[in-house]
Amino acid sequence: MLIEVKNIKKSYPLDGLKLNILKGISLEIGAGEFVAIMGPSGSGKSTLMNILGCLDQPTSGTYYLDGIDVNKLDADGLADIRNRKIGFVFQGFNLLSRTTALENVELPMVYAGIPAAERREKAVKALQKVGLKERMYHQPNQLSGGQQQRVAIARAIVNEAPIIFADEPTGNLDSKMSLEIMDLFTRLNKDLGRTIILVTHEEDIARFADRVIKIVDGEIHSDEKVIK
Amino acid sequence: MIDIQTITNIALRAVKANKMRSVLTSLGIIIGVSAVIIMLAIGHGAQISLQNEMKSMGSNLIIVRSGVTTSSGARGGHGSQPSMKASDGDAIQNRIAKIRYAAPILEETAQIVYGNANWSTGITGTDNRNFIIKDWDLAYGRFFSEADIKNANKVAILGQTVVNELFGDVDPLGKTIRIKGIPFQVIGVMVKRGQTGMGMDQDDTVFIPITTAQKKVMGIKFPDQVKFILLQAVDAASTYTSQDEITSLLRQRHNLGVNKDNDFVIMNLTQMMEMMEESTKIMTILLGSIASISLLVGGIGIMNIMLVSVTERTREIGIRMAIGAKTWDIRWQFLMESLVLSLLGGIAGILIGLLGVELINHFSSFTAKVNLFYIMLPFSFSGMVGLIFGFFPAYKASKLNPINALRYE
Repeated sequence: MLIEVKNIKKSYPLDGLKLNILKGISLEIGAGEFVAIMGPSGSGKSTLMNILGCLDQPTSGTYYLDGIDVNKLDADGLADIRNRKIGFVFQGFNLLSRTTALENVELPMVYAGIPAAERREKAVKALQKVGLKERMYHQPNQLSGGQQQRVAIARAIVNEAPIIFADEPTGNLDSKMSLEIMDLFTRLNKDLGRTIILVTHEEDIARFADRVIKIVDGEIHSDEKVIK
Repeated sequence: MIDIQTITNIALRAVKANKMRSVLTSLGIIIGVSAVIIMLAIGHGAQISLQNEMKSMGSNLIIVRSGVTTSSGARGGHGSQPSMKASDGDAIQNRIAKIRYAAPILEETAQIVYGNANWSTGITGTDNRNFIIKDWDLAYGRFFSEADIKNANKVAILGQTVVNELFGDVDPLGKTIRIKGIPFQVIGVMVKRGQTGMGMDQDDTVFIPITTAQKKVMGIKFPDQVKFILLQAVDAASTYTSQDEITSLLRQRHNLGVNKDNDFVIMNLTQMMEMMEESTKIMTILLGSIASISLLVGGIGIMNIMLVSVTERTREIGIRMAIGAKTWDIRWQFLMESLVLSLLGGIAGILIGLLGVELINHFSSFTAKVNLFYIMLPFSFSGMVGLIFGFFPAYKASKLNPINALRYE
């Protein structure tokens, strides 16, 4: 299994009380799956996403990512695993401003220590895959929302990370652009075999996935295959 | 780990993105570095002119001059009790091994005349040892001969200023000048020496044989009287260690009883010069330290702006961390930015400092002198300031939580 989570809990102290966000979640996700995590706001799906994305660590429980015990890693270890195993796509795009699309896509490779020439070559290829090669010298403020999200996707795939985490990737886009972006995710999943974990609260977006996990009140409410 | 070229590019871009802010931030460093360069140059210039002066005075010098009289409590000035003779000097030179040369000096200011030109200058009665001690050569002509000294011949050696004032383009050799109305034949002209560090013209002088000065030109109270004796010791240490020997020899020659005070004063010029050199050194350090305070203040300015920059770019830091930036990747990014700010400020400070040194040399009476060390010192100091004051903001940036940083608006 690519992702193996057993009974993870997450709690925050709040006014002297313990606020339990995740109340014991266990799940497994295999390589090449396309999973949507759904749930109302406050359900804990973002917290789960942060833990799965190695941005945060659980209070208790175990998490193995590609056989690595994530709980044993320090900040730099987490950074390293994010760099090699995970690509992020956020609702707000989160591209560096005043930086060209090409340089944004190069960024994960900068921290992976890949030489400049190789970085450029791979970044151009990734932009080609998302159909933005002609815009590679544009800066984020010269691109539309959909184009910005495609740059972010190129950034997520450029390091050949096996997993892509997409947190409400269509939240800031209109329906036509949303469809384009979801088609792109589907292609990455089907053609390139990338594991995609999508967090959304929209049913018709979740339908693009093969499996939908619903989180309610910090627990898994349902985990079903999507019938197409 | 991120490579240095990429990190430098990121830093340069950040600095360029806020040009005005970067310039204002670096201003503290610019002022600091240029101030340190100018201050060190002034101190260094003072040191060099002092050294030049020491060189022209001669090295390892001691002066022995007549002491002071005290009549009913009122003390006369130096030389108010004439006691020194030229023969005292000869005795010191012959009997004390630590003293190499002793030149008798008798001097006064007098009017000298050639044709219808006249000029007031210092007349020094001495012998050739004076020139040896001062390491001062003839431009042309000859020094005093033995006969000149023995017979008190009326011959004179001129300094360049006197030659210019009296003779203009005429060759002075063999011409006759009048000193206090007494005719003297010019036998030589000294090499030009220029001004002392205190602004005295060393070339505005006339040398005549000591015997001639004593017997024919200057009024003296007893035979063989001199104003002072210029001694050159064999080395710097001997200027200190020979003093007791000189004192006992002179007391014996002057027949001073056990209860009587010395009727002469020994002045160690080497010691005086060493003290002056020490004080200019201290002055240089002091000036430099005061100026480097402004460098520190500049560093605080950099820290301030870097803290603002870290806060402004919280989201960027979050993105970088999410994508795989490690603690030191983030630290180096901000350290490099503050280093770039401080080093650019340092370079601008060097240019402005050098300009300031030029202006000081042009428009003031100070001589400011730069050397490479005194430029590289404040420059590397500015780099250190950048690293030290950049560290706290960089540390703060690296300690951000990626989740909170990504959410930061």
